[in-house]
Order: sequence, then structure tokens, then C-alpha cells
Amino acid sequence: MTVKQTLVVIGNGMVGQNFLTNLTASPIKDAFHIVTFCEESRPAYDRVHLSEFFAGKTAQELSLVEPGFFEQHDITIHIGDKASTIDRDAQTVTSAKGIVIHYDKLVLATGSYPFVPPVPGHDRPNCLVYRTIEDLEAMQSAAQSGKIGVVVGGGLLGLEAAKALKDLGLETHVVEFAPRLMAVQLDEAGGAMLRRKIEALGVTVHTGKNTSLITDGADCVNKMCFADGEELETDLILFSAGIRPRDDIARDCGLEVGARGGIVIDNQCRTSDKRIYAIGECALWNGMIYGLVAPGYAMARTVVADLAGGHPAASFTGADMSTKLKLMGVDVASIGDAHAKTQGAMVYTYQNGASEVYKRLVVSQDKKLLLGAVLVGDASGYGTLLQYCLNGIDLPENPDALILPARSDESVGLGPDALPMSAQICSCYDVTKDAVCQAIEAGCTTIGALKAQTKAATGCGGCAPLLKSVMNSELAKQGFTVNTDICEHFAYTRQDLYNLIMVEEIKTFDALLEKHGKGRGCDICKPAVGSILASYWNDYILKTEHLGLQDTNDTFLANMQKDGTYSVVPRITGGEISPDMLIALGQVGKKYKLYTKITGGQRVDLFGARVDQLPHIWKELIAAGFESGHAYGKSLRTVKSCVGSTWCRYGVDDSVGLAIELENRYKGLRSPHKIKFAVSGCTRECAEAQGKDVGVIATESGWNLYVCGNGGMKPRHADLFATSLDKATLIKYIDRFLSFYVRTADRLQRTSVWMENMEGGLDYLKSVIIEDKLGLCGQLELQMQHVIDTYQCEWKATIEDESKLKRFRHFINSDQADDNVVFVEERGQIRPADETERKHFTMVEVA
Amino acid sequence: MTPWVDVCSVDDLQPDSGVCALVDNLQVAIFYMPRESAVYALNNYDPIGKANVLSRGLIGDINGQPVVASPLYKQHFNLQTGVCLEDEAVTIPAYAIRIHNDRVEVNTRIMTADIAMDTTSSR
Repeated sequence: MTVKQTLVVIGNGMVGQNFLTNLTASPIKDAFHIVTFCEESRPAYDRVHLSEFFAGKTAQELSLVEPGFFEQHDITIHIGDKASTIDRDAQTVTSAKGIVIHYDKLVLATGSYPFVPPVPGHDRPNCLVYRTIEDLEAMQSAAQSGKIGVVVGGGLLGLEAAKALKDLGLETHVVEFAPRLMAVQLDEAGGAMLRRKIEALGVTVHTGKNTSLITDGADCVNKMCFADGEELETDLILFSAGIRPRDDIARDCGLEVGARGGIVIDNQCRTSDKRIYAIGECALWNGMIYGLVAPGYAMARTVVADLAGGHPAASFTGADMSTKLKLMGVDVASIGDAHAKTQGAMVYTYQNGASEVYKRLVVSQDKKLLLGAVLVGDASGYGTLLQYCLNGIDLPENPDALILPARSDESVGLGPDALPMSAQICSCYDVTKDAVCQAIEAGCTTIGALKAQTKAATGCGGCAPLLKSVMNSELAKQGFTVNTDICEHFAYTRQDLYNLIMVEEIKTFDALLEKHGKGRGCDICKPAVGSILASYWNDYILKTEHLGLQDTNDTFLANMQKDGTYSVVPRITGGEISPDMLIALGQVGKKYKLYTKITGGQRVDLFGARVDQLPHIWKELIAAGFESGHAYGKSLRTVKSCVGSTWCRYGVDDSVGLAIELENRYKGLRSPHKIKFAVSGCTRECAEAQGKDVGVIATESGWNLYVCGNGGMKPRHADLFATSLDKATLIKYIDRFLSFYVRTADRLQRTSVWMENMEGGLDYLKSVIIEDKLGLCGQLELQMQHVIDTYQCEWKATIEDESKLKRFRHFINSDQADDNVVFVEERGQIRPADETERKHFTMVEVA
Repeated sequence: MTPWVDVCSVDDLQPDSGVCALVDNLQVAIFYMPRESAVYALNNYDPIGKANVLSRGLIGDINGQPVVASPLYKQHFNLQTGVCLEDEAVTIPAYAIRIHNDRVEVNTRIMTADIAMDTTSSR
């Protein structure tokens, strides 16, 4: 038996956690007992997307730790306890709370701290930094009493912070010491273009400003005095002037550190003590600190590989610092040697003042290789340019064609075939073209499947278009014709059929089949077309011409169970039900001896009804005031709600009231798949709205709307779609969202998969629904209004029509019941007999 | 003598859908495709789902064969032969059926596999 070694990780930030994730996924995980120290009050969270905290994301949503991760992998984590000293001779780490742990291997992932310039007054009230969730909470409270905010630092992080201040509703200024914004990544012209665009968004930019003093303001809490004599009054000051490695713990125990800070590491990420590694922003490799997360992740992978026994490939040899991001809605990208520092480098520049686009290419002297690039205002070429640069692919004869707007149909993009197998497609998760191709060969033939398998395009998402083009090209090469026909009877997708029905005003399946299909139809195309006809025209689904299109659940307006009996689910809007209604429901259940169970959607399911009993049951339910719950249809199921502000001590708004209103608005809407809603009355989220297709959460400033979540086989957390909405806007967005889904989704495609397969994803969906990019919103709202105006309870319509009731019997020529349906009793209720019980029962009956 | 059993009128059938009839103590699923003037009869018991439900399945055609899809687990059965398309080892009884003077008649002693379909004549 081998004795486990103890591995201590100091720091549970993004890189520290990434290391743990990699280690626990590797075969060597069992060789170590793992202990980690986390100074902050919560384990690792996504600092890259920190500003989304102000757009409504919670600390929980920013978390990078899967629930139960530490327990599952038997990792001891000391939260809120900082490792303070290392004794390298005794091989121990001592924490601030006095815990002493002996280590065999030690990994330093202490990260960095924000650099605060030593300006007199830098420690005055409301002078803050931007790094942790606690910092954000401090900003939030400072912003409540203030009007003006200043960010010191016009780099990447500074501009992110400026967005946060703007989101907090402050008049926002950016003060930068350098003569331009993003001086590290952009050249002068690119910086100037970015400045114009940022200023157009209402942020005042001050460049070339050296702050000399911070003191009392006259109108605001603080006043900044600059070296040139100018002054600026502000309530809040946010320092974002770069980072410094947190190397004190290494320095104190005598590890080698750089002259300007940073723990010196070699290609295996080992420090000057071979038992100790350093990774992420605290590490200094080849004189360089990497302030991005991707190189930190690369270091984490290197250490795991080195611990596994020094595989020769296990070395960190620098990282690409190219970046692409959206700063306050402005696309900015920088690749490689953006400043043309390479000997003999040549530069091409394209500047379009009218549409505010700036592009710059840096190429080698022989114009064969791309050395770097800068893109502002339009970063669509980033993926292609990055591949040229990283893989040393030969440039076209006229490299400027890569940044000039396409004037003809001549394509200058780099086809996916030109990439070598080793090309990195996704830099966040280090996924190569080779890995993507292997996944495709193994059967991942959709973007959704590829993302799930390889993790590509699930980090920043920047590589999604490239991933898609690689996939399409590989599928074509493997002889796949990506057949999107719905079935053999129609050479069209569901969306095509929807459009045909809409444009040609087709009202029946037969008419559609005659004009656009062949054969007699099948159990794929019939229900799909039935659903489209129902969504668009909203006819009664049991009309003779539609009846044969419906799945059995729809044809009998109930849910078939394993023995051929049905279950009945009346609508209980928002889960609110009076005692009288509950009694009425109970009486029906008792009279027909039905098995009764509460559903997950806050209603009651009555099981074991024979087909001939259904109309009788419904006559009684309708008389008691119930209506169809559409549990049998691909349609709106329930709007779940918590009890909300009416009763709850914590409730912020009336979630039950809104849930009832929404359920009544959308009930009966036929859709590509079932749709579930929920409304929570506060951010405690008792209704679990973030696991629904449409989720609404009350906040002090209005309703937050979440979309495209679901539970089930593959749960998906919903995405925050819009915040602080009034009710009218909320309903308008949901109208548009649902209509657009009904119109464009594939058959049996939930909203989550629909959105994930949409090019542009959530951002595109927002642009269609909120900004009306396609000019469709008017139509989408009208379409929804038509469905709402023509709603009828299908059960009421059915029991009022004698001719429809004829079908509700087991035999067309006899009143007998199906003798194969046999129940036994369990826990005081009925259940279907199993096969042995059924045999026994028959014998008893015969005897 | 041919034991044809009178079941119901053509008007009792569901166009492009199915109904179930009790014939000689057997449950018979009857399917009607009015555009082709075709009627089909299969035993109503789904041997895979183990319930009497086939008359409530969706009908149509696959590769030219008329089929019903089981409403329980969606396997397809050939309406003429009763053979399961997904698993040829599974077959359900198929019965002779005809329309005679607007009446639907079923003969449960004749399997359609053995005789030619006759939906119009009045032997």
C-alpha cells in the first residue's frame, strides 16, 4: 500500500481552482491528500466576468466550483483562512488562524493584488479597488450615496470597471496616466478610436493625467488634483492601474523572486525550491508576469503533468497574450506584436472614420508571416488572424485584403482546412483542431454536442464561429451531408414548414402534403405540422382534419400511462388553489378511484382514468371551475411560484399574482416542446425560476428575466436576459421570446438547445427581442396576441360537442372496458398490476 | 362459410386515424386512410408496451409501407403484415378487413398475410 503524499495549494482563485479541477480529473489524483487555503470568504469565482455582478449575476452564479466538488474529491479547504508562512525546512504551511499543515508538494496560486499608486490621500473614504466580490459590494454601497465615479487606469480592467460604475448609475470618468487607452494592447490610432467610441457611450476619458493628490471635495466626497493643475470632484475612486504579484509569502521563506516582484519559475513552473510550484499571476516566467487567465490555466496543466512524472511535453513555454473582448459594447482585439517591435516589421492600417472601425496588421519584412494585429470596432476577423499568427501560416499575396472590407465575393477568410491539426481552436480550454476532429468522428455532429464533449467555446465563446466552420468542413469531408429534412415526407426543416404555412396561409396537413410533400406522412411530421398549425391558426386541435395529426395524448387530451389508462391534470394557475377547489378535485379523484399525486409544477395529477371515463371526469371538473392544464401537449405547462410578498417576510413583489397572470396569458400556446415558467418573489429564488424556459425574479428595482433554462435529463441554468423591468416590458419581451421560439425552433427542441444552437447565442437573441434587430417584434407580438385572443379550453369545447365524445370509448362497437387494465392497491391507492399480479388476478377471476 | 363480422359503419371510423373494435372476443385496431380508400386491421395489443393501445397510434407510411406507430414506445408496425419495423422478430396478428355496402367487416380467422387485400368488392 502506498502512502498518500500531502499536496497543499495556497490560494483558491481562478487558477488555483483550475489546478484542482485538472488534478482531480487526472489519474494521479489518488496519490495525494489535497489541502487548500482560501483567504476569501467564498471559494473560486469568475473574476473575468466580475462586472456581471452589477448586471444581476449573483455570487453563486459567478462561482467556478461545482456544488459538492471539495467533498466529492475529499479536498480539505480552509475558507476564510490565509496561509501566512512557509517553513521550507520543516515543510510546513502555517495559516493566519494557526493551522499547521505538513506538505510534500506545495503549489502557490496566490494571484495578484491591484496596484494603488502611492498618491497622498489614496486611502481616503470611497477610494476602492476592483478585484473581489467584497470590493463590488463596497462599490455598490459607495455608489448609493454618490453621483460621480472615477476609474484610475484606462487599461483592460479599468474599462471593465468603468462599465461597472456606469451600470451603477454614476457619471463615469476614466483617468489614464498614459497618452491613450489600453496602452499595452493598442497603438495610438487604435486607442484614439476606442476613446471616441467610449466617450460616445457617455464616459469622460482623461488621458495623460498624473494624479498628485486626493483630498476633500466641495460637492463630492473626494477631489482629485492632477499634476497639470486641473481638478476633478468625485464621490468614488476606483484604482485599476494594473496588478502586482502577491509574492510576500514566497519572499519571506527565501524563494527567489524577481526584481520587480513575482515568484521565479522554470518551464515546469517550479520555484527555486523543487518541492514548491507557483502558477498564475504570482509567477514570474522568463521575466514576465501573465495577467490573463489562459496562461494561468496553462501553468496549472503543466504542474499536473509534472506531478504525474514529468512527461516531456509538460512544460510551460510562454503564452499568447492575444485578447478579444467587448468593452462597453465596443469590440476590441489585440494579437501578438501589436506595436510592431519586431525588427523589420511592416504595418498595414485601415481606418474608417464613418463607421468607427480601426484595423492594423503587423507583418514580417518578407510579408509572409503575420506578427500582430489590432482591431477596434470590428473584431470579426480575430479568429482568422489569430490562426495565421499562431500557426505561422503563409499570408496571402496582399495581406491587406485581410483587413479591407470585402468588396467582391472574393473570400479572404482562412478556411478551416488551412489550419494544421495542432492549431488551437479554443484558447480558454486549450482545445486543438485535432481534438475537435476526434470528437466529431466519435459522433459529435452538432455544436451543442461538441461543446459538451470538448468544452471548446464554453469559456469566452470567442471561438464559436471558428468551431462551427471546422465542424461543418469536417462533417462534409467525412461524407456527412447534414440532412436537416424533418422526415422522408418533407424535404424541409420545421422552420421551413412554419414559413410555408405562414406565407401560403396553409390550414391543413393534407394541403401542405399535397403542395410540398410526398407519401402519407408519419409520426414525425404529422405532430410537428399539427403543432405549427395550432401555434399559428390556433384552431381546435380535435377538428376532423387535425385529429389524425395529434399524438395520442393530444387526441384524448390526457396523458397515456404504461397500461393504456390516462392521467388528468387540471390547470391550477400559479399553484394557487382554494380549499373548495381542492375538495372538488378530491371528490372527483375519490369518485373515479384515481391515484392522486402532487406534481413538480405545483398541481395535482389524477391517474388511472379509462378513456371512457375522461369526459365524465372533465364534466365534473369543469362544473367545479377547472380547465384543461395542457399537461398532454407540447405547450405551456405551468408557471410555478413562491408565495411572494403577500405573505412572505422576505418577498419583494407579488410573485403569485404575476405567475397567475402569465399562466393565463400563455395557456394553450402550442410550441415545439413543452414550456415551463416560474416566478420568484425575491432573490432567494424559492420558485427555482433559473431552471425554467422563462424565469422571472422580483428585485427592488423591478423584474429580472431569465431565459432558456431547464431541468430534466440535461439541466441547464437559465441566462439572465434583462433586468429591472416593469411588468409591461417584461410581458412584451416574453411575448416576443415565445413567438420567436415557436417560429424558429426545431421539433422537440427545448429553448435551451434552441438558443445554444443559434449563431450568436444569447447576444443574438437579445438583439432580436430587445433591440428588434430583425424588425420582427411587431409581428411576434401580434402573433402572440392572436393566440391569446383565440384561447379556448379544449376540454370545455370537447364535452360540449357530442360528435367528439363518440371517440371516448374503448370499443367502437361495445361498451365493455379493456380487460387488460387491472389495478392493485398500494399505500391506500391504486396502481397498475404487474405481470405476475395480473396472472394471479385472472386466475382468481376465472375460478 | 366465411365468418365475416360486421363491426360498424364507415362513418364510425376516424379518417387518418384508428378505432378499436371487439370482434370474436379479440381487440382489433382498425385504421382508415380515406384518400387511399384503405382500411387495415391489427390486433390492438402492443407486445412491446404490453397494453391494448395500438388503435391510438399515429399512422402514415415509412419507405412506402403503411404503418402505425405505437403510442407507448413509438415502434412502427406494418399495417398489412403486422411486422415490427424496428425488430422483425416481433409480429402482431393482422386480420382481413373489407368495406361492404358502407359497412366495415372483419374476419379474424384470416390473416391478411395469406390473402389478397379486398376492401371494395362484395364477395
